[in-house]
Amino acid sequence: MADPLVDVAIVGFGWTGAIIAEVLTAAGLNVVAFERGGWRNSSNDFGVPFDQDELRYMWRHHLFQNVAHTTLTFRNKVDEVALPMRRLGSFLPGAGVGGGGVHWNGQVWRFLPSDFAARSHNLERYGADVVTSSDMAIQDYPVSYAELEPHYDRFEYLCGVSGKAGNLNGAIQAGGNVFEGPRSREYPNPPLKMTYGPSLFGEAASSLGYHPFPHPAANMSRAYTNPLGVQLAQCTYCGFCEKFGCGNDSKASPQTTILPALMPRPNFKVRTYCEVMKVERTRDGRHATGVSYIDEDGVLSFQPASIVILSAFMLENVRLMLLSGIGPPYDPRTGAGTVGKNYSYQIVSSVNVFFDDKITNPFIGAGALGMMIDDFNGDNFDHRGLGFIGGGYIGALNTGARPIETHPVPEKTPKWGAEFKRAVASNYLKTVPIITHGSVMSHRGNFVDLDPRWRDQHGRPLLRMTFDFTENEHRMSDYLTDRAAEIGRAMGGREIRVNKRSGSYDIAPYQTTHTTGGAIMGSDPRTSALNRYMQSWDVPNVFVAGANAFPQNAGYNPMGTVAALTYMSADAIVSEYVKSPGPLVHA
Amino acid sequence: MNTAVSRRLAIKIAVTASAFWTGLFNRAFGEVIRRRLPWAAQVSDRPAEVDQRPGYLFFNASESAFIEASVALLIPDDAIGPGALEAGVPHFIDRQLAGPYGAGDHFYLQAPFPKGLPTQGWQARSPAEVYRAAIPAIDLWCVATNGKSFATLDPATQDDALKALESGEAELGGAVDAKRFFALLLQNTLEGYFADPIYGGNRQMGAWRMIGFPGARYDLRPFVSRYGEPYNLPPVALSGHRG
Repeated sequence: MADPLVDVAIVGFGWTGAIIAEVLTAAGLNVVAFERGGWRNSSNDFGVPFDQDELRYMWRHHLFQNVAHTTLTFRNKVDEVALPMRRLGSFLPGAGVGGGGVHWNGQVWRFLPSDFAARSHNLERYGADVVTSSDMAIQDYPVSYAELEPHYDRFEYLCGVSGKAGNLNGAIQAGGNVFEGPRSREYPNPPLKMTYGPSLFGEAASSLGYHPFPHPAANMSRAYTNPLGVQLAQCTYCGFCEKFGCGNDSKASPQTTILPALMPRPNFKVRTYCEVMKVERTRDGRHATGVSYIDEDGVLSFQPASIVILSAFMLENVRLMLLSGIGPPYDPRTGAGTVGKNYSYQIVSSVNVFFDDKITNPFIGAGALGMMIDDFNGDNFDHRGLGFIGGGYIGALNTGARPIETHPVPEKTPKWGAEFKRAVASNYLKTVPIITHGSVMSHRGNFVDLDPRWRDQHGRPLLRMTFDFTENEHRMSDYLTDRAAEIGRAMGGREIRVNKRSGSYDIAPYQTTHTTGGAIMGSDPRTSALNRYMQSWDVPNVFVAGANAFPQNAGYNPMGTVAALTYMSADAIVSEYVKSPGPLVHA
Repeated sequence: MNTAVSRRLAIKIAVTASAFWTGLFNRAFGEVIRRRLPWAAQVSDRPAEVDQRPGYLFFNASESAFIEASVALLIPDDAIGPGALEAGVPHFIDRQLAGPYGAGDHFYLQAPFPKGLPTQGWQARSPAEVYRAAIPAIDLWCVATNGKSFATLDPATQDDALKALESGEAELGGAVDAKRFFALLLQNTLEGYFADPIYGGNRQMGAWRMIGFPGARYDLRPFVSRYGEPYNLPPVALSGHRG
């Protein structure tokens, strides 16, 4: 069965799908979005106070992708047998309208200018030895920070980000992130009010000569109306952002920033509980004809479309490319092929600071509320003699101390029993957690492909992830953790606890949802799957929006950069592709 | 009407409405949404309260004896706060295992089930099946090593038995991984101890009062800048009850 032809079929209706739908429908294109989950809005689906339910949302995954339907398989090394991820843990992709944009923290960062030239910059400064160690496979982006700046700005104003600029058109601003690339104007909202714990971190970091600043937050420091005319309410610091929906419309999400403006447009519609099975192509394979999708009754239909946008989160984007034969699959033995290469992640660690005399009330929080330093991110510090490249931010982030998750106890405390209970009861209100959030470079042995054995609910092969941290990441993370510990000690508490990240990557404990790569952007079709507009080199009417485009991961939360790249791509579709369909970059 | 009252009223209406809405609203139904922004007045996707009456729905007598004895050691009762047993944790775990979580509604459960590497995470069947297989295996192991089932051992021997499960030293044989089962039991115990009372544990919000967590407090703005001061309001549950 075939539906009437549309201009654009969008696969996945989260942040990137909503951004593209908004830009393309505003330009008059006829757009249909497919979403494998249901419609969701704040007051009906996660209204106050039911959004403050730690068990249901965090531990029972009420808003997340259900791995009973689709998961992936995992192994650390290519010579191991991958097994299915039977339960979510390390990362938490979304499902349903709004995608992960419903349950994210709202941490909105820009990458550093040097992050976009990771290979050439590090080669020039530190030489080939470091850049080629551990089979490193880093590449430059085909786009610069300066080109992305207006798109970063657009997303920050869409979301009403609360923050303090550190670099306004080249003029350094005290109190902001002095290491950031130049921004064209101040954040749309002032920083959130700071809680006690992060303010103690900020004082200690300053005393050591670092440059603390408030974390840029898509949590509203005041009521805000965005450029699309959508209103958000002031945050109430309830401490339920991360892994939760905001019933108060105080956290930017597709629901609170785009959908009220987009949904009434006559040239847009969304089909819920419809999962796209495959991108269909012409016989020569060079052109997508549309998407085949299955509805909740199992009926398979075909939606013809002139343009197909994959915006289903990077893992599903790459799987759909592999299932649809878009681009040559990557072969880790030869290094040939592009789809699946350079899968990356992030590496995190933490330090807890314990006080006897300071009640910090850590349950007062917001997803991106905290004081951070960027002195050890990217190439903001001299790496000579350190034996690694990359870095990350360090900071005290007060997302809210939900009690099933948060049991800060001193080192050597047992995990259960009377001593554990006493330690939780006496320390819960008097601790400050410091986190480090480090980059992961791409390596030849870290990649994704299709699993030969395991299948999803529709019988399609699962994505297979092969990933481990390398020496470069461990050295970097240990270095960041040592700096965090120094700041922790300078905060003047009774004691600290250092939680380093050692050993192989483990898919069970939650770390971050910042999975990247697999369909990376570049300037050469032999070494990248997408061009600078996230357009497939191989099937040019397919665009693939997401962190899959990152050639390697930086030390920041990815959403700001994902959104900026998506805006740049959507603008190019409107201004260039529609007038002259075909490759926007000629290789 | 002051805002606090109207807010409570709104929640009450939502709660009442949800009696018929939960079935309808939570139903997965596909639709084509065009030229509208779906929204319904006074409807909320409310968590379903578990059956709070005494007695077990999932556990049989020997299973409940093990659960009651083990959680009482994982979080013992003392002057600092309630123990897991007093907080209703066995009741919580029972209701969880009798419901969709126990059936593994958010687990990928396609067979076969090879053991896997430590970094590959959960490689077992559903939580209910894991409990059902593990408890008799632990009791058999206790009988073999100490002559009695877990629940009938003295507390010191029970403590040693839990440590042997935690470290994986206990050889349960067959398909039961002692270490992984212990991790699951501890996680479920912490969940029941600290989750909202609507799920059957954390009775009277005793665990929240013990640590100073205020529960589902909607607006903490007045307290953000009051550095170092204890929060002065009692905890509140999703049901609206105060501790």
